[in-house]
Amino acid sequence: MPGNLGGVSSSPSAPDVLIRAHGLVKTFPKKHGEAFTAVAGIDFEVRRGEVFGFLGPNGAGKSTTMRMIGCVSPVGGGHLSLFGLDPNTQGPRIRARLGVVPQEDTLDVEMRVRDNMHVYGRYFGLPRAVIRERAARLLDFVQLTDRAEDKVEPLSGGMKRRLTIARALINDPEILILDEPTTGLDPQARHVVWDRLYRLKQQGTTLILTTHYMDEAEQLCDRLVVMDKGRIAAEGAPRELIERYATREVLELRFPLGEQEQAAEKLAGIGERLEPLPDRVLVYADDGEAALTEAHRRGLEPVTALVRRSTLEDVFLHLTGRTLVD
Amino acid sequence: MSTETISAAASAEATERSRRVPGGLVLSWRQFLYWYTFFYRTWRGTVLSAILGPVMYLTAMGVGIGTLITHGLPDGVTYLSFIAPGVLAAMAMQNGIFEGSFTVLGSVKWAGNYWAAVNTPQRPQDIMFGTAMQGLARTAGMSTVFFCAMVGFGTTHSPWSVLALPVALLTGAVFLFPMMAFSITLDSDQPLTVVFRFVMTPLFLFSGTFFPWQQLPEWMHPIAFITPLWHGVELCRELTLGTVTATSAAIHIGYLLVALAGGVALARRNFSRRLYLHR
Amino acid sequence: MTSYALQPRVAPRLPGTFGTRRSLRLVERNIVSYRRMWLMFLTGALEPVFYLLSLGVGLGQLIPNVTGPGGAPVTYVHFVAPALLATAAMNGAMYDATFGIFFRLKYGKVYDAVLATPLTPPDIALGELTWCLMRGGFYAVAFTIVASFFGVLASPWAVLAIPAALLIGLGFAGLGMAIATYMKSWQDFEVVNLLMMPMFLFSTTFFPLGVYPRGLQLFVEITPLYQGIEIVRGLMLGAVGPSLLLRALYLALMALAGLAIAARRFGRLLTA
Ligand SMILES: Nc1ncnc2c1ncn2[C@@H]1O[C@H](COP(=O)(O)OP(=O)(O)O)[C@@H](O)[C@H]1O
Ligand SMILES: [Mg+2]
Repeated sequence: MPGNLGGVSSSPSAPDVLIRAHGLVKTFPKKHGEAFTAVAGIDFEVRRGEVFGFLGPNGAGKSTTMRMIGCVSPVGGGHLSLFGLDPNTQGPRIRARLGVVPQEDTLDVEMRVRDNMHVYGRYFGLPRAVIRERAARLLDFVQLTDRAEDKVEPLSGGMKRRLTIARALINDPEILILDEPTTGLDPQARHVVWDRLYRLKQQGTTLILTTHYMDEAEQLCDRLVVMDKGRIAAEGAPRELIERYATREVLELRFPLGEQEQAAEKLAGIGERLEPLPDRVLVYADDGEAALTEAHRRGLEPVTALVRRSTLEDVFLHLTGRTLVD
Repeated sequence: MSTETISAAASAEATERSRRVPGGLVLSWRQFLYWYTFFYRTWRGTVLSAILGPVMYLTAMGVGIGTLITHGLPDGVTYLSFIAPGVLAAMAMQNGIFEGSFTVLGSVKWAGNYWAAVNTPQRPQDIMFGTAMQGLARTAGMSTVFFCAMVGFGTTHSPWSVLALPVALLTGAVFLFPMMAFSITLDSDQPLTVVFRFVMTPLFLFSGTFFPWQQLPEWMHPIAFITPLWHGVELCRELTLGTVTATSAAIHIGYLLVALAGGVALARRNFSRRLYLHR
Repeated sequence: MTSYALQPRVAPRLPGTFGTRRSLRLVERNIVSYRRMWLMFLTGALEPVFYLLSLGVGLGQLIPNVTGPGGAPVTYVHFVAPALLATAAMNGAMYDATFGIFFRLKYGKVYDAVLATPLTPPDIALGELTWCLMRGGFYAVAFTIVASFFGVLASPWAVLAIPAALLIGLGFAGLGMAIATYMKSWQDFEVVNLLMMPMFLFSTTFFPLGVYPRGLQLFVEITPLYQGIEIVRGLMLGAVGPSLLLRALYLALMALAGLAIAARRFGRLLTA
């Protein structure tokens, strides 16, 4: 019987926490002058079997956090533990149980697809036969079986990303960490990746992912934190956050150049809240159609008007006053 | 490829075993095996030049130039016998420097294999030692071929000669580690070229390899003495000519070992800094 | 109006076969990208000087006079300095042309961007060649100045050693560029090394032809580096005759052939 390292909890009321962070900090010394704090004291917990997300714009500190979780960057302050182990002293033991998909692919582009799986598996000390069997299964899982004998270099961005995911799974990890898994991919390639991640979720793999796409976070994450400037602005399930920080619907209005400010003034009082952006005005209201009717009644003639459901983007906008993707 | 069947239990057992992380030696060995896999496809291409190179070199520099030389060498020593052990040590240095350069820079900059390895149980020092092991293995291979050529050319005059081979390897290692320490900090290959031309070439030319160091102007002697290559060259030469003494061997080896320790410490520190991003 | 981008790129209408003036734009690119690498240039210029000091001065103390080009005895510094200039020109050109161009073809994607402009593949070949020559010229001037301090420039003809070094660079840059376009991986550099090393060692760089048996002498005499060394040595030491022109022609033909091959291959590799 395999010795159970994590210790699966039998009590359903105490969920099995794999990662705990309290007041986690990371500071980078600047070449000249003062230090730069990339992660400024964050708290979170990741439970077994869930998909946990870090949503935030570029520079929020997501990758820095992922590197600390991946034990490739020393914890700069506060507390962090994975599987109850300390990353500063038990890095190799922790990494043996993780799968990591870094923000930039780190594939051996001069090697063949199958060899990439092989050399990576050997780092974990897995027997060749086991690697061969898993590589075949995992390449099939990410739909790369027919490219197994090809070099990595000519593969498309989406294929490389999928290969990195397959490679990260070679050691049968307890947690899979994905740093911006679909950034830079075209919509179709993104959907293929999402589909595979969804399947992993179904199989019960614990996933941690960072993203600056709100749709990605909404579709995949059970729970997420919204990160901005090294801090956590909010935490919860996607629907929960939307309910807490946004209205049910949003009315998006565009006006001719130069007329927006006047229009925003006239809109005052409609819905619960107004959010003027450089190119449009957002009206937060539970009934978007009613808000639009009211705007027309006040004599406003927007170039376009759109009523949509609220998203995490609106949550982020409310919390920080900025958009996610600029 | 036929689908392989591994029982779920066997697979789980392998996973379980992979969770128990071994010591640094095994981890370094795994990094070495990575390089073995990496170079396995191409080693044949290098064999021809590895063998022809020393033969051509000894013919041209030893035999060819040797016909012109009339004086200035130790008594009864031909130029061929004088230069061969020097070139053995100098080539080991050159190999050490090359192995510590593009391999490391390429891994961190172009191929990305180091960034992949840090996400596994590998630690920066394992990656460093494993890469060094493969560099030393290649240096040992090249040095052995050169040493065989030396024997063939009749330049080994003493039973101590065989020890020139490990001394050459030690000399290579003394240069390999600092070079790795330097390469891991880089983002482009230009500084490597500068090191080749500004450090390696002068060392190669002025460390008593091609002419007795006594021919150098007086003020340059202390400079020669502090370069590790000079110690490697001198000791290799004493070994093949049979003039070695316990004192001289102790001094040369002691100096090389101290230099080696310094290089290893520097490489460990720089690998950790770069790969763990606490720049 | 027809767009340049739509014209066939490998259109060997004669004036363009070896590239056009537009190739200077590529030279400009290289100057910009190398501008901050002055240390590279400095060390590149110093490398042959190190050799001169070590071999000519250090080793030279063990060697009495050597038979020079005219049959008259010369000191070892006089003998070896011209050969070092010639081999430096060869090495620099070959290194740039093979390593540099292979790297840019394979990883740099520089040429793909260049070809999206009015420049054609022959322009690239010519531009790279010009660039190699400019660097080679700089190194040659630097070395010749240093060599003059050792009293190596025995004749007024020595002034021509610099254009001679350029010609050697031109010949080997052409050869190297042609080879670079055929290389598939870094391992192929072993082959280049296997060609360069014996030339470097045996083309009367370090000792006169008389050392060899007659059969080997003939072999040495047909290598391009030997032609180059003979030209520079003749000029520096004042043993000038019509045979030097023949040797120069050899190198010029090698350059032209290399450039023509490279231009065609660039076209095929980049616009396939
Ligand atoms: N090694 C480093 N040295 C200095 N600053 C860094 C380093 N890595 C990241 N940073 C800085 O920390 C901030 C957060 O970066 P990162 O974690 O990569 O953000 P994200 O992944 O959310 O886009 C950025 O401002 C970045 O410039
Ligand atoms: Mg990031």
